[in-house]
Amino acid sequence: MAKISMIVNGNPVNANVDPRTLLVQFLRESLRLTGTHVGCDTSQCGACVVHLDGKAVKSCTTLAVMADGHEVRTIEGLAADGAPLHPMQEAFRENHGLQCGFCTPGMIMTAVDLVHRKGHDLSDEMIREELEGNLCRCTGYQNIVASIAAGAKAMAKSDLA
Amino acid sequence: MYEFKYHRPATVRQAANLLVKNEDAKLIAGGHTLVPVMKQRLASPPHLVDLSHIDGLDTIEMKGRALAIGATAKHADVASSATVREAIPALAELASLIGDPAVRHRGTIGGSLANNDPTADYPAAVLALGATIVTNKRRLKAEEYFQGLFSTALEDDEIITRVMFPLPKKAAYVKFRNQASRYALVGVFVAKRPSDVRVAVTGAGSDGVFRVAAFEEALKKRFSHKVLEGLTVPPDGLNSDLHGSAEYRAHLIGVLARRAVEAATAKD
Repeated sequence: MAKISMIVNGNPVNANVDPRTLLVQFLRESLRLTGTHVGCDTSQCGACVVHLDGKAVKSCTTLAVMADGHEVRTIEGLAADGAPLHPMQEAFRENHGLQCGFCTPGMIMTAVDLVHRKGHDLSDEMIREELEGNLCRCTGYQNIVASIAAGAKAMAKSDLA
Repeated sequence: MYEFKYHRPATVRQAANLLVKNEDAKLIAGGHTLVPVMKQRLASPPHLVDLSHIDGLDTIEMKGRALAIGATAKHADVASSATVREAIPALAELASLIGDPAVRHRGTIGGSLANNDPTADYPAAVLALGATIVTNKRRLKAEEYFQGLFSTALEDDEIITRVMFPLPKKAAYVKFRNQASRYALVGVFVAKRPSDVRVAVTGAGSDGVFRVAAFEEALKKRFSHKVLEGLTVPPDGLNSDLHGSAEYRAHLIGVLARRAVEAATAKD
């Protein structure tokens, strides 16, 4: 077993884990943060995307021990319970950027990372290129792209990063 | 995934000692090849030695007249580094084409080179630019470093610490991606160096990355995509699989080499 400690959604977390525990398993099964999904489990689909030290990563391909000492943010960490949604979440709701919703947490975490890196004025072409690590099997992406473009603009006017 | 013991050394020396002490130990940096392979139980190292917490191992800087990239520099860091963009823009471009944004936030140049996947991008740049692989023991020239599929000159307890790239006069990388995996179906890196021209091909060779002497000789006389018209690569020794036949890959090498030279000369 390995001792790990990290900050998850602003809260310090300490645990003893088997070193082979994936970050996504640790988040879902130990911390019960089940908003992060396991889709393909082979780092293709992006349903498991979380932020590690502010950068989008695939938590199905990251060991929990490798996140030791670091900061993790999941979809649950975007907005407090009961508080208004994060602008990117709100944009997905407004623009109907989902159907079954399975890929949505990963899409939103990837989108927020994209805004952090590339700013608030995103072309459809850039959004589509940046989404190459996130698969949606329902929507055909049209509304996801529209959601991210709108969410990026809304984030400029929001206190939530 | 099978059980393993996890080690987190603070220095390269500690990491090397752990490799000596623990038989079949594996190094891990970003883990974006090793973790998937372990999940599939295709690899089951009893010990993992994590390099990602060694200070200074991911530094990107100019050292004399060469660009030095630390082994644990991530693809995203190389892609966005002002130093790399200034020194060898083609290398930054190459890094920006690896995997997807989340993969680029974890995968490292040292990991890619140590693994030497025949469809990886970095080997083409290292071979074409004539880079030197610096390890905890010695300096290896690109030509002696790559030794076929997933094989390198690295010894069991040898650790890549950085890669030194001499600056080319002109360079470009053009990649034809597998749409599903985003690995190179074929990728061609062309470099006009002070003394010669090198054309390195990844993704196509059944023995890994290789150079195309016929293209290099033609380009040395005149560095223009026009001199490559009519020149072809034989399909012998090229990969043939469900993604493309050897003939198709041979054709792509010619097309991509011309595009790469065009891109390299367009930057003037």
